[in-house]
Amino acid sequence: MAEVKTVNLTVDGKQITTPAGTLLIDACKSVGIEIPAFCYYPGLSLQGACRMCVVRVEKMPKLQTACTTPVAEGMIVTTESEEIAQSRKGILELLLGNHPLDCPVCDAGGQCELQDMTFKYGASGSNYVETKNHKEEQQWSPVVFFDRPRCILCYRCVRVCGEGMDVWALGVQNRGSSSVIAPNGGDHLDCEECGACIDICPVGALTSGAYRYKTRPWEMNHTATICTHCGDGCKTTLGTRQDNAGSEIVRGDNRDKSGINGDFLCIKGRYSFDFANREDRLTQPLVRQANGKLEPTTWEVAIEHVGKRLREVRQTRGGKAIGVIGSNRTTNEENYLLQKFARMVLQTNNIDHHRTADYPALLAALGGAANKAASLRDFEKAPAMLVLGNDPTEQHPALAWNIRTNVRTNRSRLYLANHADIKLRRQAKAAIEIPAHGYGALIRYLAGQESEFVPNDTATKFREALLAEPELVIAFGSEFRGRDLETLVAWALTLPNCKVAALGDYVNSRGAADMGVLPDFLPGYAPAAEGAGFADEYGAPLPTEPGMNLVQMMDAAGRGELGALYVVGSNPVSRYGVEPAVLANTFVVVQDMFLTETALLADVVLPAANLYEKSGTVTNTYGDIQLVKKASDTSGVRTDFEMIVRIADKMGARAQSMVPFGKGLRADLGQSRGAQSGEADRHAVWLAANNYEPKLSPFDPFATFDEIQRLVPSYAISRFELFSGADKAMRTDLVQIANFPADRADLVLPANDTLFTSGTLGRYSKVLHEVMESRETSPAETAAD
Amino acid sequence: MYLVSHPDEVKVISFRFGQGAEQIDKYIELGGYEQARRAIDMGPEAIINEVKASNLRGRGGAGFPTGLKWSFVPKGMDRPKYILVNGDESEPGTCKDRPICEYDPHSIIEGTIIAGLAVGAKQGFIYMRGEYRYLLDIMDKCIADAYAKGFLGKNIFGIEGLDFDCMSHSGAGAYEVGEESALMESLEGKRGVPRIRPPFPAVVGLYGGPTVINNVETIASVPHVLRLGGAEYAKIGTDRNGGTRLFGISGHVEKPGVYELPMGYSLRKAIYEVAGGIKGGKKLKAVVPGGSSTPVLKADEIDVGMDFDQLAKAGTMLGSAGIVVLDETVSIVEFALRTIKFYQHESCGWCIPCREGTDWLKKTITRVYQGNGVSKDLDNIKYLAENMMGRTFCPLGDAAAMPTIGFITKFRDEFEAFLSENPPTPGLVLQQAPNLVQLAAH
Amino acid sequence: MSTPTTIFSAELAARLDRLVTLYPVKRSALIPMLLYAQDEIGYCSDAVVAEAAVRVGITELDVRNVLSYYSMLRQKPLGKFHIQVCTNISCMLRGGYEILEHCQHKLGVHENKGVTPDGLFSVEEVECIGACCWAPAVQVNYDYVEDVTPASMDAAIDKYRQLARPQ
Ligand SMILES: Cc1cc2nc3c(=O)[nH]c(=O)nc-3n(C[C@H](O)[C@H](O)[C@H](O)COP(=O)(O)O)c2cc1C
Ligand code: SF4
Ligand code: FES
Repeated sequence: MAEVKTVNLTVDGKQITTPAGTLLIDACKSVGIEIPAFCYYPGLSLQGACRMCVVRVEKMPKLQTACTTPVAEGMIVTTESEEIAQSRKGILELLLGNHPLDCPVCDAGGQCELQDMTFKYGASGSNYVETKNHKEEQQWSPVVFFDRPRCILCYRCVRVCGEGMDVWALGVQNRGSSSVIAPNGGDHLDCEECGACIDICPVGALTSGAYRYKTRPWEMNHTATICTHCGDGCKTTLGTRQDNAGSEIVRGDNRDKSGINGDFLCIKGRYSFDFANREDRLTQPLVRQANGKLEPTTWEVAIEHVGKRLREVRQTRGGKAIGVIGSNRTTNEENYLLQKFARMVLQTNNIDHHRTADYPALLAALGGAANKAASLRDFEKAPAMLVLGNDPTEQHPALAWNIRTNVRTNRSRLYLANHADIKLRRQAKAAIEIPAHGYGALIRYLAGQESEFVPNDTATKFREALLAEPELVIAFGSEFRGRDLETLVAWALTLPNCKVAALGDYVNSRGAADMGVLPDFLPGYAPAAEGAGFADEYGAPLPTEPGMNLVQMMDAAGRGELGALYVVGSNPVSRYGVEPAVLANTFVVVQDMFLTETALLADVVLPAANLYEKSGTVTNTYGDIQLVKKASDTSGVRTDFEMIVRIADKMGARAQSMVPFGKGLRADLGQSRGAQSGEADRHAVWLAANNYEPKLSPFDPFATFDEIQRLVPSYAISRFELFSGADKAMRTDLVQIANFPADRADLVLPANDTLFTSGTLGRYSKVLHEVMESRETSPAETAAD
Repeated sequence: MYLVSHPDEVKVISFRFGQGAEQIDKYIELGGYEQARRAIDMGPEAIINEVKASNLRGRGGAGFPTGLKWSFVPKGMDRPKYILVNGDESEPGTCKDRPICEYDPHSIIEGTIIAGLAVGAKQGFIYMRGEYRYLLDIMDKCIADAYAKGFLGKNIFGIEGLDFDCMSHSGAGAYEVGEESALMESLEGKRGVPRIRPPFPAVVGLYGGPTVINNVETIASVPHVLRLGGAEYAKIGTDRNGGTRLFGISGHVEKPGVYELPMGYSLRKAIYEVAGGIKGGKKLKAVVPGGSSTPVLKADEIDVGMDFDQLAKAGTMLGSAGIVVLDETVSIVEFALRTIKFYQHESCGWCIPCREGTDWLKKTITRVYQGNGVSKDLDNIKYLAENMMGRTFCPLGDAAAMPTIGFITKFRDEFEAFLSENPPTPGLVLQQAPNLVQLAAH
Repeated sequence: MSTPTTIFSAELAARLDRLVTLYPVKRSALIPMLLYAQDEIGYCSDAVVAEAAVRVGITELDVRNVLSYYSMLRQKPLGKFHIQVCTNISCMLRGGYEILEHCQHKLGVHENKGVTPDGLFSVEEVECIGACCWAPAVQVNYDYVEDVTPASMDAAIDKYRQLARPQ
């Protein structure tokens, strides 16, 4: 890489050294000099339209716009002076002349850049007596409202939609003072409903249908956590407000640009938290009565019942007659605890989850190669990228955003091979179309192996160009599993500076696999048969024979061989199309938020908290480990973590051995609990009743995270970084899976979600529903997890 | 349109006017395309030197030295270079490119070829404002004739490997598109919003390639610069202001028209001699010397030579050389209002100070003119205009602010009269064009 | 490269087919294309927008963004003869507003861009049309009428009315 040239300049008497080509506005920011701007937005194209960022550059006749002026050697700049302040004040006066001065009722009040600047430059007095232009507010989509008189025409929304999202749903029409932002549908928007235009709007012109007029920014608590939807794991900051059922989430955004996703969020990260507030959410445990009906009961009764029945099955039929199905949306700690409970307490390896990518094969193929796993961030910077299969725009919106940004701002080269004409093709430097079942052949061709792939001219050039890339990141979809995946990774390892990422669905699919929610692997992909270290740590013998996978469990149930099935945050009945009769002779326990198809068949249904109502960590599909913080609360529900501990307790397991709380010094010191309400009290009471030290809670997921870090080397990341909100990718010490069975069934069932679906959970989101309805398409056949 | 003439005229660009030079054979007979042919032998450097020596300055308004502009085009770039001829002529008071397009269109094509040879461009575009449809048709015919004669296309003038293409292009009504960077945007099929500079068009212009943008009159002058020789051409004008200009004299004069006068010619003489004096023997009140963007001169300020430098010294500009003459009956407030109404209508809307500033100026001046003004309005008009000066994205903001400042400073008493107990009756602008009032109050 | 279905006459369609090939990028053809389409159809209708979008390969929104910028392009039909009266400074000084008023009065259309009931004429107040030295000036469609007086304006209107009459 060429050495970066630097430039020295003086700003307000301060000496600054910055890379050549830096814009003055950014150079100033780097030394703490904030220059006001409406139209400038880092990463988007330059406008120079608002004229707020004017500064005085010595030897220049006019004031210069800091947002369009690159630094130059020896430049002497003044950023605040009477002349500059007057110029800025003049702009504000012009804007306010027509702008409604009703900040107290404006939805952006308290979070408005126009308001802030008026405060600073004092332009509130009006020189005009004319009445202001009034226009009715318009609703452009279920999530986007437009209030024209408030618009200051900074064009941020137009750019983020076009340049950032590659959607181009917003334009500017007319000219002069009649100029107006216009949506592509004439009177409505036809778009991906990401809501970026709303968050990027510096004033109250674009507001969110989900949030507007609900509350004020300063009346909310803000909690930074991870979106529960797709496998990218974006950071979303949830604004919550106390209500009588706990605390309600009213807004999601990432305006502070922190986290792995910068300021990106898709519709799901920004709005689809609304499932949490549904009326039909379960808030009381249900137990099936003699009359065959599910009736509400108390937690004590329900947990007691579950513990008793599971104990019976274990005693009479052995652990082999019990099955456990874990979740793609629970935390690493919960997944870990679930497998520990299965293996240690239930004495079974019959544990599985809805698999959406073949992570074991990936890690086996990587063979512990450090620094070969690509983080989501790698797609922001890599000079070249290869996307095989998948449709990131629909299924991995943040990845698609990074890819587009990288192509746009760094001229990164995108290579694409797909059986469909996916949207990212627009950014691709080279693309080849292959048959839906042609991925294996393609990868063998790329790897220079014997292959049925018949290369045409494009393919030959594609391959040559790829091989000539000095640095490459590869993302591949669930089209690659087992052998093909192995070939892909082996080939990638032969390329210079190549990293790979497998694209799986849902927020913690990767975590479920990493945490051993699999019949044949313990956490960290330790083969079930080699669990000695785990047995030591758990202080109990563990079953060593690999268990049944999800499909086998259902078959066994159908044969009457499964005495009990414990389902945590999953909807296998719908996802795998299980006939209700299959589970007729099995005692089924389901922990979920809603009465899903699976819950309807259960004997006991326990109302569960969702990801926004708990703390812990999750791992995105790239292996980036991130902190989940409790943002809201719904009274009546419990975290899966707590339920597992309580059930284990009822089965006679010591809480202390389930959760090694008090062991080591790294337990949560309170940082991770988020908005507190009833939970802390409830725990304190339980602890006191059981003669435990109240501060050391068995419901503390970080005690479990300690244990994970002891047993799974790749999770041994800095606690400091985790808590400071930084994502930390699992880059080193990947497990080496010896003797990876060549004939292992991958059982991958891709979720095939779109931008507007999210498995079973998505069906409970009003926003997603409205969007689907407004598009007059019925929700895709989605099911399950 | 019709031709006028006066003995003081020095007919350089207009010498073929009225002789049927729109016919290519006639044009050739009158020496046409000889200079383009000669330029091939001269080579780029010699052409540019000749143009530099001529002191030819841009006729579009800003008066930038043409030779210097051409010399900014990087040599030997692999991106295609372009010549873009600005025929958007929309500045109120300006109608001087029209006669060239009508009476000597081939000189524009010839000038374009020469500019192309000078900077190494292989393609020229002649952008005509959409209203000039009949001129577009004339131009298209001329271009076709020039292709037929081998002056355009492949191997021009029979020289192997020397290619130059040229085509016309129609706008669709937008003053701002005359601004050079907005002109490129428009030619690329976009909204006429100007571009950020730097990079300047000479380096990164049309389709990302280096681009020379010149006014129709500038380009049409180029063959004459070569014909007369740079030094001779320069001699016609004044110091640093070479040659002649087509002055459009309009408004309250006896003989309005487009006259070709040497640079530096007296404004007083232009009005009183060339254009026959004030219409109906009335008294002169004021003159707008170079198109509506240029600050007004009072009747006693017209003893000035008309070139870029002398008019600048007089506190105004030569601009597009559209002289608009106002007699004693004109209400300056009405005139100022009509002027600002234009800029308000034509602001592209991109930047805040121009978009909002022109709008507030129009509203405020309208109110004053209607007799509903308040005393702080006059200071506010000045304050608004001064806040726009030098702070807008492109010079349209200045073009709106400068004349406004001129009117309110030089004729403040007329504005004040509208604030008095018995304000003058508003003239036709308001009485007969209710739209203006509606627009202003919208 | 011709567009399979077109709303334009064969002649115009062929012209537009060619137009997009003349420039380094197709999009450059957009503005003249819309103007020529308007000349034939009368205004830039939704169908014109849709076809233009396809022809230059951009979105309809983008076509509208551009279309709404240019004052000669219109999204509503106007009179068969569109009378554009310049009232800008040079014309105003020589009676542009009187001519505007005269036209409005004579044709009975009082709002800007108003159309006569028979659809024959519409009147618009326009900015400078480059005829300042021959002021006051009017453009009827693309024809210039200069040094206009109320009488010569009447004559012009009569001439266009004659033109519209079926032969
Ligand atoms: C608002 C605005 C409008 C302009 N309109 C025109 C125009 O109609 N015709 C023109 O030749 N130049 C116009 N110009 C000047 C051009 O930007 C540019 O300077 C000129 O075309 C360069 O040619 P020249 O150097 O030959 O004058 C305009 C400038 C501005 C700021
Ligand atoms: S000054 Fe600003 S709004 Fe005015 S025309 Fe130029 S860019 Fe457009
Ligand atoms: S002012 Fe009317 S044509 Fe120029």
